[in-house]
Amino acid sequence: MLGNYLKMALKVLARRKFFTFISLFGISLTLLVLLVATAMLDQIFAPQAPESRGDRTLGIYTASLRGEDSVYNGFAGYGLLDRAVRGLPQELPGVENISLFTTARAAISYVGGQKIESSLKRTDGAYWQILDFSFLEGGPFTAEDDAAARFVAVINETTRGRFFGDEPAVGRTIEVDGQRFRVVGVVRDVPILRVVAYSEIWVPVSTAKSRAYLKEYQGNFMALLLAHSRADFPQIKAAVDRRLDLAEAHIPDRRMFQTIDAGADTLFEAVSRTLFEARESRPELLWALLLGLAVLFMILPSINLVNLNLSRILDRASEIGVRKAFGASSHTLVGQFVVENVVLTLLGGALGLGLAAAVLAGLNESGVIPYADLRLNFRVFFEGLALALFFGLFSGVYPAWKMSRLHPVQALRGRTV
Amino acid sequence: MIQLERVTKKYRTERVETTALDNVNLTIDQGEFVSIMGPSGCGKSTLLHLIGLLDAPSGGSIALDGKPVERYGDRALARVRNERLGFVFQQFHLVADLSVVDNVEIPLLYRKTTGKERRRAALAALDRVGLASRTHHFPGQLSGGQQQRVAIARAIVGKPAVLLADEPTGNLDSQMGDEIMGILQELNQEGTTIVMVTHDPRLAERTHRVVRLFDGRQVQ
Ligand SMILES: Nc1ncnc2c1ncn2[C@@H]1O[C@H](COP(=O)(O)OP(=O)(O)OP(=O)(O)O)[C@@H](O)[C@H]1O
Ligand SMILES: [Mg+2]
Repeated sequence: MLGNYLKMALKVLARRKFFTFISLFGISLTLLVLLVATAMLDQIFAPQAPESRGDRTLGIYTASLRGEDSVYNGFAGYGLLDRAVRGLPQELPGVENISLFTTARAAISYVGGQKIESSLKRTDGAYWQILDFSFLEGGPFTAEDDAAARFVAVINETTRGRFFGDEPAVGRTIEVDGQRFRVVGVVRDVPILRVVAYSEIWVPVSTAKSRAYLKEYQGNFMALLLAHSRADFPQIKAAVDRRLDLAEAHIPDRRMFQTIDAGADTLFEAVSRTLFEARESRPELLWALLLGLAVLFMILPSINLVNLNLSRILDRASEIGVRKAFGASSHTLVGQFVVENVVLTLLGGALGLGLAAAVLAGLNESGVIPYADLRLNFRVFFEGLALALFFGLFSGVYPAWKMSRLHPVQALRGRTV
Repeated sequence: MIQLERVTKKYRTERVETTALDNVNLTIDQGEFVSIMGPSGCGKSTLLHLIGLLDAPSGGSIALDGKPVERYGDRALARVRNERLGFVFQQFHLVADLSVVDNVEIPLLYRKTTGKERRRAALAALDRVGLASRTHHFPGQLSGGQQQRVAIARAIVGKPAVLLADEPTGNLDSQMGDEIMGILQELNQEGTTIVMVTHDPRLAERTHRVVRLFDGRQVQ
């Protein structure tokens, strides 16, 4: 019987080419956008290597300084972060490790007379312990290297190619922004969407050209705090808040700024903090925004689908009347409509999945997003598919079921429920 | 075989109530060929729908093989319609999205048959009504007379015990009409009980019995 249903469904869909096309278009486009968007969000937020411990990591990613009539919104300086986290592992057993490092900044090199621009990050030794880079050659530099201000560097695969044309790089020297570094390790490329881990060249913080950063409250630094588990988060956040309160007394420019708004956040909380310019992080707002967008985006094509299905009800009514007159029970008819809708949704789903895979592969390869490694999120795919199925069944099957309960002649007259 | 007792049918729209059938008593025996005649709007189609179990009466009772049909559930009713009855609608009611042969196969879809058997039976029925060359057309591509013959093929494909035909020759020229009438007579001789609505006294003459309706009432 299922075979019959399937054949019948395919016949009807093939015959109603326009309807089928519009429905497939709606379903697959929705899934496509949903999948591409979540692939990007996953790339930013999901715990993936090198941030494999992201689920138990907090960070101070940005800071705001406020005064009577001035506001600074941006990255924190080393001086501020140092006060916020130094000594925390000794104070709180829940803190496993802490790291201070800069954001990636453009740096210039010349190789064989050619100018090369790379992203450069300055980090401490703990950075390499908290994050989980995969090394192709050599290894990371250490806290000792940083303390001794040794001019050593870790570079990524692409940078090795630019400087050394794929030959081994460890032990060789690169010159960046006028400083010479000995390469100690080469790591696999990291997608640019991973703000904490991304760079092309990493060197010790202490190799900075001046020591001024040590006292600054404004700058381009971030801090990471690795907790033993998420259960330690509340305690760590409270401790960081206390220390930031104390740090207010030491703001270098006390006449301009009197208060500090910052805190230890998860990456998701941090994005919501910046997005809504909130004094505290408001992850529920970001959740609401993302969910709202997703729902809106899913609802529009769903309404379209419902609309299409309903506008065909009159056509279908006469078909239902005929089939009933020749011996179809309500049961059989509902079966037919269910199969038809499921086939349509699954076709749309397969199409959407294929398109999304193609688009993601295209994005990954084109280099529009440097080092992008976007992947399909199958959970979101199945959720989207389930939603499409629900709306399809609701709009395509429910009215058909109601109509199949009528006497055949009533259905033939197109009398709707 | 089919008994109607004091059957009435009223249609209620927002403002008016139409009595389409008023107190009709009718018995149709196995093997009979009955024609129903009467002026337009007198309730012929309504009566045929009731006999074909396609609609429910507003009053009175209908019995099939001695059993009142109100007692049938949805599935039992579907089974009776499928195995015992065949209907030719006045407006044909072909499914526009299905080809001619797929339309004719509809009654067999709800039986235990294989695709091959269905196809063979459908082609045979189409051949019988002289449409063997149009099997893969869609209803919209056929003339009114051709559509009518598809509707007849669909009604007879399942070899029903009772064939109900609402003006089966209404759109056909007299030669084609005679041919269809010949087929009906043949089926009747093979044992099929037939009830046919017609305006044509010549055709009615060739049946066993004529039931005349006027304004929803039976007249003699
Ligand atoms: N769905 C309906 N709603 C309201 N009135 C209806 C409906 N169907 C039929 N009628 C009315 O019932 C009466 C009988 O209709 P019916 O179709 O049975 O006539 P008929 O004898 O078949 O006519 P014709 O020869 O023109 O086909 C008519 O007055 C018609 O207007
Ligand atoms: Mg009529």
